[in-house]
Amino acid sequence: MTSGDALPRWLDLVVLPLVNLALALLVCGIVVLVVGLDPWQVLASLAKGAFGSRIGISYTLYYATTFVFTGLAVAVAFHGGLFNIGGEGQAMLGGIGTALVALALADRWPVWAVLPLMTIAAAAFGMAWAAIPAALQAWRGSHVVITTIMFNFIASALLSWLLIHVLKEPGNMTVESRSFGPGAHVPGVHELLAVLGIEWPRSPLNLSVALAALSAVLVYLLVWRTRPGYTLRAVGFAPEAARYAGIRPRAQVMFSMLLSGALAGFVGINEVAGVQGRLLLDYVVGAGFAGIAVSLIGRNHPMGIVLAALLFGALYQGGAELAFEIPGFSRDMVFTLQGLIVLFSGAMAQVAAPTLARAWFAIERRMAPRPVHG
Amino acid sequence: MASVAPAVALRGIRKRFGAVVANDGVDLMVAAGSVHGIVGENGAGKSTLMSILYGLQRADGGSIAVHGTPALIRHSRDAMRLGIGMVHQHFMLVDTFSALDNVLLGAEPGWHLPGTRARARAKLQALMHDSGLQVRLDAAVEELPVGERQRLEILKALYRGARILILDEPTAVLTPQETEALFATLRRLRTRGTTILLITHKLREIIALTDAVTVMRAGRVVLDCATADTTMDALAQAMVGRRVHLGRADDGVIAADAEPLLQAEQLRWRDASGVTRLDDVSLSLRAGEIVGVAGVAGNGQSELLDALAGLLVPDHGELRLAGRRFTPAAWLDPTTARELSVAHVPEDRQLRGLVLPFVAWESAVLGYHTRPRYDQHGWMQHRAMFDDTVAMMERFDVRPRNARIRCAQFSGGNQQKLVLAREVSPHPRVLLVGQPTRGVDIGAIEFIHGRLRAMRDDGSAVLMVSSELDEILALADRVLVMNRGRVSGELPITACTEAALGRLMGDADPAAVVCA
Repeated sequence: MTSGDALPRWLDLVVLPLVNLALALLVCGIVVLVVGLDPWQVLASLAKGAFGSRIGISYTLYYATTFVFTGLAVAVAFHGGLFNIGGEGQAMLGGIGTALVALALADRWPVWAVLPLMTIAAAAFGMAWAAIPAALQAWRGSHVVITTIMFNFIASALLSWLLIHVLKEPGNMTVESRSFGPGAHVPGVHELLAVLGIEWPRSPLNLSVALAALSAVLVYLLVWRTRPGYTLRAVGFAPEAARYAGIRPRAQVMFSMLLSGALAGFVGINEVAGVQGRLLLDYVVGAGFAGIAVSLIGRNHPMGIVLAALLFGALYQGGAELAFEIPGFSRDMVFTLQGLIVLFSGAMAQVAAPTLARAWFAIERRMAPRPVHG
Repeated sequence: MASVAPAVALRGIRKRFGAVVANDGVDLMVAAGSVHGIVGENGAGKSTLMSILYGLQRADGGSIAVHGTPALIRHSRDAMRLGIGMVHQHFMLVDTFSALDNVLLGAEPGWHLPGTRARARAKLQALMHDSGLQVRLDAAVEELPVGERQRLEILKALYRGARILILDEPTAVLTPQETEALFATLRRLRTRGTTILLITHKLREIIALTDAVTVMRAGRVVLDCATADTTMDALAQAMVGRRVHLGRADDGVIAADAEPLLQAEQLRWRDASGVTRLDDVSLSLRAGEIVGVAGVAGNGQSELLDALAGLLVPDHGELRLAGRRFTPAAWLDPTTARELSVAHVPEDRQLRGLVLPFVAWESAVLGYHTRPRYDQHGWMQHRAMFDDTVAMMERFDVRPRNARIRCAQFSGGNQQKLVLAREVSPHPRVLLVGQPTRGVDIGAIEFIHGRLRAMRDDGSAVLMVSSELDEILALADRVLVMNRGRVSGELPITACTEAALGRLMGDADPAAVVCA
């Protein structure tokens, strides 16, 4: 009668994801075997690439930072009962906001003044981009899934137009803005550690990682500890019950989508200001969509999202190493691995649950003292 | 009789789910060609037992014999092959298919549908003629009224050769007339030799229809007898395990001249498709009275309740409440309603009353979550929410007494008690209640009725919408009857008889209202 609900929390939240990951790796192993490579070697290279060196760890964390932002964006909307597929476009707009502030101020203003402004701009631009689909959903009932997808295309076009017609430096052949001034430099983690006297190799990992961690904590507090979070979840789970309780669903749609857009917009800080130092095309490269998988695997909980983002970061970084290290292991194989992990840990996350539940109850029954029948 | 093997013989059936023993050595003998009632409170194990007989669950132990032959039922296909059919409480129909195609679904013998359809139609017409189950075969299921959908479900089972029919709470969704029509059909099926197992918690249905009755409590059979040898009181006592009183309590003093707490004038409302749902409805609620709103479901009662709770803005009319006057231009909203001490127990507790995925202590402040006790500068006060929920659960006997489990995991009766606890706890001046005991156990009904009476005795005004006439008659001091959006009559309780109410409810034949 009851299946998933009856599982103890630790089994549901810890063991089940690990079982899923193991299943995914098992199938990956078979695929690798089929193409004639040694699964152990591939796994070892992958792990070594992602975690085997300080530079590897740095890259993994850098990728994870972006995935935390987009994953949280999906989760916040999800708790409000909305499926925000527009992380991609909102992240692009976040980058545009970041770049506009940087181009306007970074030549004259110091870092400590520009950095907060860039962060605010990234959030505000992401928010604005989410606000239109949100309003269409709230007042006109246009499904937010459709409109956010459309807005991804529009964002992409907007970015190209801005770069080609407005921001491109005259005389530069590549489609990109001029480099930001020194005020827009987001301190790298290696620079921060150097101040503390710790030597750390140079990498794209920057202060944005702290913003990601802070965002995860704040999202947790907001969703589960505050009144806005309470009403958000009430609307997400049961819109009718929320209306009965005097909660205005429209305001909640706006709130969750704006917050979602702001989180996606933070990607701009990490990628545009933190790494590139200029605005260019394709700095989001699917991170918005990966956020959906990250949120799914992380069960829409900030803690889970951080872990899932780390997994994805490791796959990106380890996968890049892998393609480099093992001849014959192409980039496509890396995508296959990632796809399998998404499949098992996300889409089929509950497939193993009934078996696990049966196993658990069998163990529990054996361990529990038999009830005495009179 | 002893020479005829029972249609169904269950012996020593055991079934447990995790730590819960649902069936603890259950024996059940059902004579062929009889109507056998199975009653018990929610969680007594009657649904589990029927699931085992129908092959949806497998027993941990015990044996099943059908018409004297030992049977191994591992799947509902096995059950169907043995001539067992089941009509579930929630219909298993494809809404967009025609009635005919629904019957065929899963029983189509080949790929060629038109030929199959023609043969099935002929067979069904014969069946309908024999059984009196009339269904429009070509209408899409979504167009059929509930009673007809149910007839279709029964027809579906008979088409598959069911000689033993299990009906799970068949009357839960039916109007009194539909119920009476169903019972007439079941009696007719019985004379044709069909054995019927009727799961219900409505005791008057047991008395009215069945030949024998089995009472279950906590996974065991506690009473098994011929219906003629028992009474409703005896059955209720066996179900609950103690004496229960469901009739009218000694009448309190009705203060006819008490101040009106809420007055609605000429409420009128049309829905989106232009149907008038509320038509010149006026009413007043005075302190210290329970006003019952009777009527066949769908005659404007729900809309009336919503309008008074601020969930629906009427097109016309006015509402006076706590010295304030509301017109459609600036109607009451749910938050203001609560501020003005109007509490609302909604008709649909699962859709509205609770956020099902919330844990109990989260749902237990729903609607009151903005009060300073629960919300300080935006931070939800989990400790206060939890403590208050524990206290509510204690006072309203919500079981299991665990504020940390999800609302969806409570039984219907306990969900209802939780909603009622939340709405009654702030001591509202006006309480609006929709279907206070729909799908609720007898023990809980008695309890809920007691709390509503206590509210009245404390000087609150209670407006109760109920489709159960028994409930109206047991609780109300004054009764409004609604028919097609209008108040078709208002009677003091002393003038209320089932026949009188039935006439006002708009039945051609008032006797049809009476279930017995």
